[in-house]
Amino acid sequence: MDAAVRLGRALMPLLRRVGTIAVALWGASVLVFVVLNVLPGSPAQVILGTQATPQAVRQLTIQLGLNKPLLRQYLDWVGGLLHGSLGVSYISHLSIGAQIAQALSVTGPLVLFALIIGLVIGLPLGFLGALRNGRVSGSLIGSLSQIGMAVPTVVAGLLLVIILTVKLHVFPTSGFPGWSDPLQALRALVLPAFSLGLVEGAILSRYVRASVLEQLRSDYLRTARSKGLRVGQALRRHGIRNAAIPLVTVVGLELASLIVGAIVVENVFALPGLGLLLLDSVNNRDLITVQDIAMLVASAVLVINLVVDLSYRLLDPRLKGLS
Amino acid sequence: MGIGMPPLDQPTTTGDNEPYVFEVARGRGWRRWLHNPSALIGSIIVVLVVASALVSLVWTPYSPLAVDPSHALSGPSLRHLLGTDEYGRDVFSRLMASSQVALFVGVLSVLIATAVGIPAGLLAAERRGATGQVVLRLADILYGFPALLAAVVLAAAFGASKSTVVLAIGISYIPVFVRVTRSNALVVLNSEYVLAARAYGRRPLAIMRRHVIPNIMTTIIAQMSLLFSLAVLAETALDFLGLGTAPPAASWGTMLQSSQNYLGNDPLLTVWPSVAIVLCVLGFSLFGDGISELRDVRGHR
Repeated sequence: MDAAVRLGRALMPLLRRVGTIAVALWGASVLVFVVLNVLPGSPAQVILGTQATPQAVRQLTIQLGLNKPLLRQYLDWVGGLLHGSLGVSYISHLSIGAQIAQALSVTGPLVLFALIIGLVIGLPLGFLGALRNGRVSGSLIGSLSQIGMAVPTVVAGLLLVIILTVKLHVFPTSGFPGWSDPLQALRALVLPAFSLGLVEGAILSRYVRASVLEQLRSDYLRTARSKGLRVGQALRRHGIRNAAIPLVTVVGLELASLIVGAIVVENVFALPGLGLLLLDSVNNRDLITVQDIAMLVASAVLVINLVVDLSYRLLDPRLKGLS
Repeated sequence: MGIGMPPLDQPTTTGDNEPYVFEVARGRGWRRWLHNPSALIGSIIVVLVVASALVSLVWTPYSPLAVDPSHALSGPSLRHLLGTDEYGRDVFSRLMASSQVALFVGVLSVLIATAVGIPAGLLAAERRGATGQVVLRLADILYGFPALLAAVVLAAAFGASKSTVVLAIGISYIPVFVRVTRSNALVVLNSEYVLAARAYGRRPLAIMRRHVIPNIMTTIIAQMSLLFSLAVLAETALDFLGLGTAPPAASWGTMLQSSQNYLGNDPLLTVWPSVAIVLCVLGFSLFGDGISELRDVRGHR
């Protein structure tokens, strides 16, 4: 009995957080649905063009289920999402779920690849920046990351293409050969992933630097130094774990911004991922696909937030008691 | 320098009720501002961008829309400082005109975000019960829609335009201001002088006006400057994707988009707008950093 109460008390904050995320997801679905469906005008008319007969328009409206009341349409849509059925595209009549799965086979690896690049650049640069704080090399790293943060991914992508594709012919410009040839597929992802990863690495390095600097100034690290450890040793033994806590947050936020950034980069490099699918759907007024992808991305961002928040508590026992 | 040493410019209490943070920013701010290289560089760039936008309203070397096919894709020369694009339009004039778009989108979207976010944040700080929770949950929902996603959804519903971009960026930054305002206001509201003011019988609105807002203003302004730079980044991406400013009107994003076809023949067409964007974003983020450092008395080394 006592144990059950204690377990319940420990799980309470977790359940509360999951509850708030559920509310936020529901709110997001209402928002997306309302914005995309309140406008007057018939999607069927848009799809068929101005030449279509009223009969044809009416028929398509019924076929798409757009004659039902809005609330009914909303419930059908959300019910479908909860059952994992995303509906059928207005335009191509293909299953949206299958299209999204296909697109994710490009976007997923791209985001992962970019995250790895960002970490490989950001972590050492941030550490070095903190250790060299106050020296010329430290300021240099600081300025470099400051400039890196100001570069839009579009610009990073285009400049990489100019240097590595047009001038040096190292990488293909655009397109994606598919995963049947994994080596070629990875090669097609290198430039897009670097466009995303370089910028994210710059942002990450600033957070790493700030976090490590804070540890360097802490009392316990001074104690460790005074008992004879060198800076590197002291950091390795005591600092890294503490510095890692805020970094979890940043990596989580990075992941969210990489997913959004992928939308842009896929359009620079004509990669058939989620971003290209989303923009094509917007241009074709394929609103149901837009609705699904928007909901998917919003959910991903919100869930990443939740996971970051929870892992934060897990890593820092001091936060356990707080709600 | 010892770690535990007190800051050299410890403010002296002025004796009256005014919070001292503001005193420091006002009293010694300008000199410290000039001695802070990043703040200085930031303000120079900000002034440059604003000046070029203002000047371009009345004068540009050529009309940013003037087509001259006989001089298309000519490189930098004395006639055309940065060369011409594929229609023979003057690149320098287009860059200048584009700074208008960047400022327009940046200023308006940050204004939308602050106009909604700050009052909502203050409300959430003052009413910690159900009202505060509702405000925070609403902010959570918006948190799921980064600027780009919001812009895509709005463009799908209403058609892409500069206004959907402004609206999308503005809405996506609302939760940021809610959080920043709330957490900073909470610190002030929990202070003893606010307790004293409450005991004295001051109304919540008066406390907000006299104590909370002056105290959190510097943080808010720093955040505004930072978000302005992020808004310029988002606007560039959206224009590039064809979801914002419609051609032939000039913006850095649309310039980048059309330059895509000439990466091999005329890479400078890509370089110029890139430099402009990076400078502008860098300037406003340095400016914001400078303001936060001014505020952070303890951070002064």
